[in-house]
Amino acid sequence: MARRIYLDNNATTPCDPRVVDAMIPWFYQHPGNAASRNHPFGWEAEEAVDYAREQIAALLGADSKEIIFTSGATESNNLALKGVYEMYSRKGNHIITVKTEHKAVLDTCAKIEKMGGEVTYLDVRNDGLIDLAELEAAIKSNTIMVSVMWANNETGVIQDMKAIGEICAKHGILFMSDATQAVGKIKTHPRELGIHLMSFTGHKMYGPKGVGVLYVSRKSPRVKVTAQMDGGGHERGMRSGTLNVPAIVGMGKAAEIAMKEMEQDAARLSKLRDKLENAFLQNVEEVYVNGNREHRMPHVTNLSFKHVEGEGLMMTFNQEIALSSGSACTSASLEPSYVLVALGLGDDLAHSSLRFSLGRFTQEEDIDYVIEQITKGVNHMRELSPIWEMYKEGVDLSQVEWSEH
Amino acid sequence: MAYSNKVMDHFANPRNVGTLSKDAKNVGTGLVGAPECGDVMRLQIQVNEETGLIEDAKFKTFGCGSAIASSSLATEWLKGKSIDEALTIDNMDIVEELALPPVKIHCSVLAEDAIKAAIKDYQAKNNIAVEANEQVA
Repeated sequence: MARRIYLDNNATTPCDPRVVDAMIPWFYQHPGNAASRNHPFGWEAEEAVDYAREQIAALLGADSKEIIFTSGATESNNLALKGVYEMYSRKGNHIITVKTEHKAVLDTCAKIEKMGGEVTYLDVRNDGLIDLAELEAAIKSNTIMVSVMWANNETGVIQDMKAIGEICAKHGILFMSDATQAVGKIKTHPRELGIHLMSFTGHKMYGPKGVGVLYVSRKSPRVKVTAQMDGGGHERGMRSGTLNVPAIVGMGKAAEIAMKEMEQDAARLSKLRDKLENAFLQNVEEVYVNGNREHRMPHVTNLSFKHVEGEGLMMTFNQEIALSSGSACTSASLEPSYVLVALGLGDDLAHSSLRFSLGRFTQEEDIDYVIEQITKGVNHMRELSPIWEMYKEGVDLSQVEWSEH
Repeated sequence: MAYSNKVMDHFANPRNVGTLSKDAKNVGTGLVGAPECGDVMRLQIQVNEETGLIEDAKFKTFGCGSAIASSSLATEWLKGKSIDEALTIDNMDIVEELALPPVKIHCSVLAEDAIKAAIKDYQAKNNIAVEANEQVA
């Protein structure tokens, strides 16, 4: 088989083989329903779920009773936002979030607006960070919650969670975070930072797909959310539905491994990421890093290769190298990445972007090969690019009258 | 999204990439699209003044694989055609030839626009009445 290199770990991570091994017995040997109270099949399933709950709570520095299992981060975000909106409707109806959030948050907020809620969408600065003064200024008497993602999926930019937590505490409002890209990769202890609700998923931390968690603070304050799924009253009444025991066991194992290994993973991956980024910055003309380089996940870099279109560029290597682009042509909507546009990038640079997200199984020789192949690809595409030729001839592209279509 | 073999072939081996002298009287240049939209095509034709046929065509394209394939195919089709014949090239011919999916039809539209723009530029340079040809189109 041809060589295949996977640098799309922000889309999903491979399931760690140790996680797969832990899951296997829970499909056939131990088939019980964790809610069956009257026989050993049920008891052992419940025990396995409780053990996973402990493993995940340990990773978060949380109490195991604060872990609510869901089907994934999208469901967790829906439950947190809609659940708080409904539960706290007597206190207010205003939620503050950010324009660069994942669609699972933005579209849920749009739905809340339709339900009668009021949502403020904060801008970000050019480096992807929010302006804390702007956040504080947006808080009103009817504000019930602030929802800010821990780390951005496209740029890897990490928001100042501690400062946001302090602002929320000062004003007595709830703080929720979509921490999907951060959990298991950097330290994420919600209580320390004043986070009351936090969502994440198994399949971005080397666990299985189809399982997620909503962390819900149990003390000071004790937070409640209105269930969005009606049924048997599982998960302390917050999320009905038979627990996905094998996946939960897997997510628990993934949390345990992350706790032991994330520091060394992060140190290794940030070196490889820097090697990759610096190689392009030094050897290829007109390359730009998108987002703040200091406050950023260790395994992510988002680069724009000016005057080359991202999807076309990917076609030069995508038989062997998997990654993502903010180019419109890679999306169904034909719009370039709204996250990069929110950074003030300009549509032309957004169309030219590639997101590299490394992972636990990325090797140094992969990075060397990627540098070589993508440099070749960029040079090839620039040979084909009329705007690269114009740029090289000294034409001011902003003065050209383009025929928009 | 998987591309058709023909798109892959044009992408891997683009025909007629390059630049003709845009100041030459017998060269027509069409530049269409915009960087903000993620597609810019530059298509050039060189017309033999004795025969009136397009003797050379070149392109450069900033865009996705379908945009590059559409413009590459357009240059292939243009060579050897008269201006009037070139004006009959329809974007749907390109869609069909390359088996472009619906979301990529705009790439073929852009290629047709580029052909028309290059011809218009050639005609303007040579004081050929444009209106007569627009009726043909």
